[in-house]
Amino acid sequence: MIEPRLKVATCSLAGCFGCHMSLLDLDERLFDLAERVELDRSPLTDIKELGECDIGLIEGGVCNAENVHVLMEFRARCKVLIAIGACALNGGIPAMRNQFALKDCLEESYLRGIGLVDPQIPNDPEIPLLLDQVHPVHEVVKIDYFLPGCPPSADTIWTFVSQLLSGQAVALSYTQIHYD
Amino acid sequence: MSERPHFTLDGRRVPFQDGQTLMTAALDAGVYIPHLCFNPEFTPHGSCRVCLVEVNGRVQAACTTPAAAGLIVQSEIEELREIRRGILQMLFVEGNHVCPACEKSGACQLQAVAYYVGMLAPHYTHFYPRRPVDASHPEAVLDFNRCILCELCVRASRDVDGKNIFAVQGRGIQARLVVNTPSGQLGATPFSLHDKAAQVCPTGTILIKHRGYETPIGQRLYDRKPISVVGDVAQVSESRGGRRHD
Repeated sequence: MIEPRLKVATCSLAGCFGCHMSLLDLDERLFDLAERVELDRSPLTDIKELGECDIGLIEGGVCNAENVHVLMEFRARCKVLIAIGACALNGGIPAMRNQFALKDCLEESYLRGIGLVDPQIPNDPEIPLLLDQVHPVHEVVKIDYFLPGCPPSADTIWTFVSQLLSGQAVALSYTQIHYD
Repeated sequence: MSERPHFTLDGRRVPFQDGQTLMTAALDAGVYIPHLCFNPEFTPHGSCRVCLVEVNGRVQAACTTPAAAGLIVQSEIEELREIRRGILQMLFVEGNHVCPACEKSGACQLQAVAYYVGMLAPHYTHFYPRRPVDASHPEAVLDFNRCILCELCVRASRDVDGKNIFAVQGRGIQARLVVNTPSGQLGATPFSLHDKAAQVCPTGTILIKHRGYETPIGQRLYDRKPISVVGDVAQVSESRGGRRHD
């Protein structure tokens, strides 16, 4: 009997998609992975609605209202939620804006930027409202596993995913744990 | 011939001489006890608490506890690893430690100790304090976001360089590293790259300008081997990727 494949969803919140690129870096190992998991909502499938999933992978921290909404939906629908990469773990590069008032950031980009024509701060209702600070995901929902790195290498992701799927305790080697 | 006095560290006999602490005796015996504010060249400070060990059942800082014959010391036990991990996590959330954007990443003692104690994520709520960067000096930059208040630069500048350039101002959560001039700018001081204070920072707070990426990420001091094998960045010569002047 063929075992049912585990459902996995992924998303990139306030991230750069670098962690997703690292996931694609699994290369030929993606074939092995595809035999064991089935992708649900993910930038790789372009499925928009999140179903009931076994595993959720979160890249990036939360910087706007939509990020918070997506993150809480992932927590509600995924049995195991994994934060992947520096931004999800501690806010990362996007959180460097926490050094400044949000108003100053917006004005610097949209009012005082070089070469702007008719400068104005975007306020279309379709654009998610920015939070006053960027936060790591564990400050919003409970996270089950953390995978550091900017991004974690494909080898690190592979070790982690293999151990997780086979039910082993996750144990990464020294060179697989990096904050940069 | 009488036997040298010794204590037991994780079941191993560690000999010591009069006046040594648990830390210095362990260091001489080649046994690593994680630490941040300790540097063998300076009077111990006992402030970071990363070197906590269990001495006859009591938790004490290894860098300030005098070695004594017959002590039973434990260091690599899960209970202490958990405390150390918690301390590292608190240090990370209290400042702004953005490793991907830091020139010191890979040769940073704070990061290396965090790897050593198995810290995967900072766990606590981030403070995101607003702290300045001082680039006024032609050869060095001070990024206060990364300061962990170990006071090694304070001690080095005062006790070795005789310049007294750095100080800690304020108390408790208000405590912060300052430059000891009316303007508070490093550029207004006689600070030089040849100073001891330029070599001792365990984080990326005191950075040397123009040399940030001479050694690529991936080939740095702690990129392949842990700090327990490589040693402190301040004790490793520059030619081997550390900060000690050759």
